[in-house]
Amino acid sequence: MRDLITSILVVFIMTITLGMVYPLAVSGLAQVFFSFRANGSLIRNADGELTGSELIGQRFTSPRYFHSRPSAAGDGYDAAASGGSNLGPTSAKLIKRVTADAETLRTENPGSPIPADLVTTSASGLDPHISPAAAEFQIPRVAGARGLSELQLREIVERFTESRQFGLLGEPRVNVLLLNIELDKIRN
Amino acid sequence: MRANGIVQILVFFEIVLLLTKPTGMFLKKVYCDEQHLLKRILTPFERMIYRLIGVDPSAEMNWKRYSVAMLLFSLVSTLALYALQRLQGYLPLNPQDIAAPSVDSSFNTAVSFVTNTNWQGYAGESTMSYLTQMAGLTVQNFASAAVGMALAIAFIRGIARHETENLGNFWADLVRGTIYVLLPLSLIAAMLFVSQGVVQNFKSYDFAATLDGAAQTIAQGPVASQLAIKMLGTNGGGFFNANSAHPFENPTPFSNLIQMVLIFLIPAGLTYTLGRMVRSQGHGWAVFSAMALLFFAGTFTTYWAESRGNPIYPANVDQAVVGGNFEGKETRFGIANSALFATVTTDASCGAVNSMHDSFTPLGGLVPMVNIQLGEVIFGGVGAGMYGILVMIILTVFIAGLMVGRTPEYLGKKIEAYDVQMAMLYTLIFPVIILVLTAISVLAPEFGLASRNNQGAHGLSEILYAYTSATGNNGSAFAGISANTFWYNTTLGIAMLAGRFMMIIPALAIAGNLASKKQAPATLGTFPVNTGMFTLLLVGIILIVGALTFFPVLSLSPILEHFQMNAGATF
Repeated sequence: MRDLITSILVVFIMTITLGMVYPLAVSGLAQVFFSFRANGSLIRNADGELTGSELIGQRFTSPRYFHSRPSAAGDGYDAAASGGSNLGPTSAKLIKRVTADAETLRTENPGSPIPADLVTTSASGLDPHISPAAAEFQIPRVAGARGLSELQLREIVERFTESRQFGLLGEPRVNVLLLNIELDKIRN
Repeated sequence: MRANGIVQILVFFEIVLLLTKPTGMFLKKVYCDEQHLLKRILTPFERMIYRLIGVDPSAEMNWKRYSVAMLLFSLVSTLALYALQRLQGYLPLNPQDIAAPSVDSSFNTAVSFVTNTNWQGYAGESTMSYLTQMAGLTVQNFASAAVGMALAIAFIRGIARHETENLGNFWADLVRGTIYVLLPLSLIAAMLFVSQGVVQNFKSYDFAATLDGAAQTIAQGPVASQLAIKMLGTNGGGFFNANSAHPFENPTPFSNLIQMVLIFLIPAGLTYTLGRMVRSQGHGWAVFSAMALLFFAGTFTTYWAESRGNPIYPANVDQAVVGGNFEGKETRFGIANSALFATVTTDASCGAVNSMHDSFTPLGGLVPMVNIQLGEVIFGGVGAGMYGILVMIILTVFIAGLMVGRTPEYLGKKIEAYDVQMAMLYTLIFPVIILVLTAISVLAPEFGLASRNNQGAHGLSEILYAYTSATGNNGSAFAGISANTFWYNTTLGIAMLAGRFMMIIPALAIAGNLASKKQAPATLGTFPVNTGMFTLLLVGIILIVGALTFFPVLSLSPILEHFQMNAGATF
């Protein structure tokens, strides 16, 4: 009985300290020191309207933009419904989807092998990045649609390629949204 | 496999290795109530808590009293978390006006977080209000971890002490673990996470007009504070549905590294604490080495399997350029960090994921499942890994004793019938729950099989993984399975309860029995537990117990699928 009352008191105290004071303290410190990050690394356009977050991927369909990976989050890049396809390696559905996507991409850049990230969904469905190879694969299409030279585009892509963190961690990658925003800045 | 990937894996392990001693020393000081810097600052706070809850921290408990206190605390926690979910619609900090989850889902989640499983049948961003996430789920992330650590320490005391009934005071262990270990480390980790891009706010979800003219709703929330304890406490329950694959929950390779280190920090440290408290540091390192061997075996198997890619993809898809099988993986982590994370999270009973295990190659997905089936003793959950490996050690010295025909001894304690019976109970409960529940689900087309997302052998893997994860209190999933149904919510809830409490009780019974024994000095005939021979024998016992139990069903699921995949079959 004694232990039951103690249990109730401990749960109550924990709810106040760990469930209220601790998250509020972290929020306070976060808002003071890392306000931009704590609020979602949001990007606004010249008119101050919200374009998105530099950490959250978006869907691009226009040939003028570099495209993101396929996404299984909601109807695609739904940042309120994150998730992967969860299709296993022997799933007929997966193989059908990959084959169909590869077929579409082949017409875009015939002859080049298709980097696998362009036909696979990410774990979150919100992957903001593509591999440098996937960016390179799309250069001819974007160059054609925008009337830019491939050389010029390649230079921009290289500028937006992030290397491994501290030269060691993770994989090299290109942030698709930031790259496309940069493209829109070019007046030709 | 690439050189850079191997280096990243080795760097991760090196960091864990370097942190093992300081962490273990600190844990020993905390639980033995010795002086340390934080204690000097926080003692008044600690004393105030004891006064408020009416506990004398120096009053010792025997194993039964210790168990009762732990059970009552878990019961009250479960009820509180259940009530909070059911009432969230009427409570504040719910900017999206999310209604209460169903009765069976709330039961499942309450049990899930109290048992340190953090299995999630729901999607965080669309199911839980900010208040439920912080005042309910975050609190149990702390509490269930503190309980696990307390139990591990109680077990170690049982070995270290002799001729006593006492294993310590549950409340003092709970309070000390929380305020000196979990809370300060979480605070630091949370700030590191925010600096990398993890969100921490109470805004309603943002609406963006995307560059290409679409609308995007961006979920927000107090993520960093929950994420820190989610990893440190080997809980693993994600704020968002995509867990640590979500860019707001794991934005950079550096945040990914911190998360993996946090998972292993306390479990690895506890091996040092063990050595310290039983006055045989060599034993602590021998246990650490057994865990390290199994860790490397698992990591490199997964990395190798994932690097091979999926042979069924069309020939013009270049998988080598991204390093391997890329479905369900994030670009920033790549193959190496996805394979490493999957191994770490299932070695320990964490269950957070940064890639979707369901989409791994068959052998890549086999390793996480086997890691859990071995009992999560490869570093293991905070505390749970320690008492799990101690049970395995008792079996090891028992079998070693049988082989040489002497009464088995462990650190001066004779291992007798009662200890071995309890150890066997501990070892048997686990597969029985997993295999029986899996078998029932497989035989039931409408409520069992209907939830699968994949057909063929992979569908069996999904169901087997679910019960393995729940019973092992891991919480990761072959997440394609639609587990938010009455059948799965209920049976997985029962599996989690049984996998936690029906295993803790025999473990504490062994601890209580060991504590009451005399400590005899080691003789020439004593099997030494601080040697490489002991390490290898321990690894052997862990593998034999796990492999023999689960090999038949594994051969029908991932192993079968492996051959089907190589033959190009789809389902």
